[in-house]
Amino acid sequence: MIDFSSVADNFNVIYPELALLIGAFAVLLLGTVKRFAGLCTSVAGLTALIALWLAVDQFGTQQSGFFGMVTCDAFGSAFKIIFIAIAIVTMLIAHRFMIVKQIARPEFYALVLISTFGMIVMANTTDMIVMFLGLEIMSVPLYVLAGFARRSLQSNEAGIKYFVMGAFASAFLLMGIAFVFGASATTDLRRIVADFSYIIYHSGLYMYVGIALILVGFGFKIGMVPFHAWVPDVYQGAPTPVTAFFSAGPKAAGFAVLLRLFMFGFEGVAELSSIFWVLAVLTMTAGNVLALLQDNIKRMLAYSSIAHAGYILIAFAVGGEDALSAAIFYSIAYAIFNLGAFAVVVLLETRSGCRSDFSELAGLSKASPYLCAVLALFVFALTGFPPTIGFFGKFYLFSTAVKAGFIWLAVIGVLNSFVSVYYYLRVLKVSYFDRVEQPALSVSYTPAITLVLLITAAGTLGFGLFPQKLLEFAQSAVFAFL
Amino acid sequence: MIPYLALAAILFSIGLFGVMTRRNTIGILMSLELMFNAVNINFVTFNKYVVSDGLVGQIFAIFIVVIAAAEAVVGLAIVLLIYRNWKGIDTDHFTVMKW
Amino acid sequence: MTLDLVIFLISSVVAVFGATMMITQRNPIASVLFMILSLLAQAVLYIQLGALFMGAVLVIVYAGAILVLFLFVIMLLNLRGRESLGQPSPPISLTVKYALAVLFVLELIMVVKSSFSSDVFADAGNPGVMVMQTDNFGAVNDVAVLLFQRYLYPFELTSILLLVAIVGAVILAQRSRDDDGPVDAASSGESEGKAAE
Repeated sequence: MIDFSSVADNFNVIYPELALLIGAFAVLLLGTVKRFAGLCTSVAGLTALIALWLAVDQFGTQQSGFFGMVTCDAFGSAFKIIFIAIAIVTMLIAHRFMIVKQIARPEFYALVLISTFGMIVMANTTDMIVMFLGLEIMSVPLYVLAGFARRSLQSNEAGIKYFVMGAFASAFLLMGIAFVFGASATTDLRRIVADFSYIIYHSGLYMYVGIALILVGFGFKIGMVPFHAWVPDVYQGAPTPVTAFFSAGPKAAGFAVLLRLFMFGFEGVAELSSIFWVLAVLTMTAGNVLALLQDNIKRMLAYSSIAHAGYILIAFAVGGEDALSAAIFYSIAYAIFNLGAFAVVVLLETRSGCRSDFSELAGLSKASPYLCAVLALFVFALTGFPPTIGFFGKFYLFSTAVKAGFIWLAVIGVLNSFVSVYYYLRVLKVSYFDRVEQPALSVSYTPAITLVLLITAAGTLGFGLFPQKLLEFAQSAVFAFL
Repeated sequence: MIPYLALAAILFSIGLFGVMTRRNTIGILMSLELMFNAVNINFVTFNKYVVSDGLVGQIFAIFIVVIAAAEAVVGLAIVLLIYRNWKGIDTDHFTVMKW
Repeated sequence: MTLDLVIFLISSVVAVFGATMMITQRNPIASVLFMILSLLAQAVLYIQLGALFMGAVLVIVYAGAILVLFLFVIMLLNLRGRESLGQPSPPISLTVKYALAVLFVLELIMVVKSSFSSDVFADAGNPGVMVMQTDNFGAVNDVAVLLFQRYLYPFELTSILLLVAIVGAVILAQRSRDDDGPVDAASSGESEGKAAE
């Protein structure tokens, strides 16, 4: 019969996850009582901090549990820390915005926490069943968050589009997993890797079909060209803090799983390198070129996120441990400066009547010079200028590509960065040099968003000047890659 | 095994076609459900013909039914929300933002 | 021509017919009913494949609960069959459509091509529905043992998934006191007329 004596040992593997879940449930329960509804934000933040502490505590150990369904290796626990940090920053950004836009509900924090839980689940397993369930637990709250501003047509539209695309991608992903399962008779990635050449020899056809479908499914999820059409609409339509979360959390989670699948699971397929080469070039070029045409800041950032996904895809084409750590490094760097940029946009949008068009930036340098300086820093990081973290991340990524002999890929990447200079610097041009008839509305800071701006700015600049610590973190995440 | 896989591929393609051509949002949701079903047929077929002992494929199929249920619930909730604001659920309405 | 083959042919034709009718019907209620027909035929296939529990789940949960939910929503919204079919819907861009179409034609060709080389229904080790052991009905016992031991963790994950789906559905579909139409309808430019309809 079932032996329960050893079950208790398994729970220490998932302490951070449990903390997030308990926080989410507490928020849901407290939210039902009017008197306690105000507490929800602090409860959510506090449990997320506890989860972060537990995750940091766990980092470096390597353990698995629940019959091999949870694998908490260095890679997974590194991403645990990243996801929880992103969730905390999102909640800090969102607090004021939700109140101003009259869509503040305690459930928001519960949904963010559960979505983060899903990300952690999907990054911390080698079993494709659990991976997929984690993906769904991450996605379902995101569909709701996209439509969270229930009375806004844009938000409704973002919700339905994100839902249809998400479910569509899930169906492809499932079909892919089914074929991989049919080829290998297992859903455990470790067993697939162990018998890889045997599987390819016996049922290579199913394996290739499966891998292609999985790639299509995740292509939708991370906004890879040619599966990117939903990204700008969803990013523009969703409430801005939610967009910030979209661009950082699910994207990092998608890349975490993609890295595990394609740089560990299916790395025996030689053709993948050239496929990723093409995809990387397409994604960064399309993202950068289309971003040139945008008048809305959120839409521009959406296309820029497509372009940045393209930069990370370079690592998949290159392959190997260096590329893996470069991809992890760039994911972290992108999360930091992108969340910062979105925090600025959120702050601007809390002014009355703003719809995050470029023209609303005009005169910002006079009205709030500090905010403008911070914005400039994030824009420099997005572009990849030194001494920001954006420069170092790109440098690391491109140099690994050159070292591995992918010189053209690196050249195309650098050319793309030059293209991106134009639209990123337009933000600065408008905010510093455009003339305005009436002075721009000033923004009102809250402690939460000031903290976010300080943290992200410090991260962008600090890790840019002294990248050693973050680099070591990214490299140690590779070493115990199960 | 092949006839079952072919059937699953056909059903999946019909669902795919439905997602792309239906203008009614509920029609799109149903086509998505059909795609999930096709995947289930694949899993059960592979489970019978490929896995010598064990029911992993069936377990996965059961999980997919749960996932499909969860997605249907959220999808229909979004449809209700949209109906309230737009007084209609055709995809023609979704042009607030340019495509 | 064995009985297994006959069962397979009939139920697969019905499944494909139901699915085709489902996506071509204007009337959403007819769509749902054809979907249920397709599901019933698929349940037969599951039983033929020895997955009796899955077959039962498909009928009870899928046809009985999920699609009835669809019916409820359709009747709640009082939708009539006014949908104009035939034109592509915007959610997916054209390039993606063609890419996917090519992918699937390739997949179909591969599947059909390999079916000529292998002997259909020739798996001696896997008896069809007619010779199935009845004492091991649908392997419900085996499924349960697996589900609550090895797959306990994913099983618990599904509970969280369902919880968050319910919470999300309530948040989205709930009608609050101050709900009086969309807020940004006027500011949304070109679609002004449409939103006012």
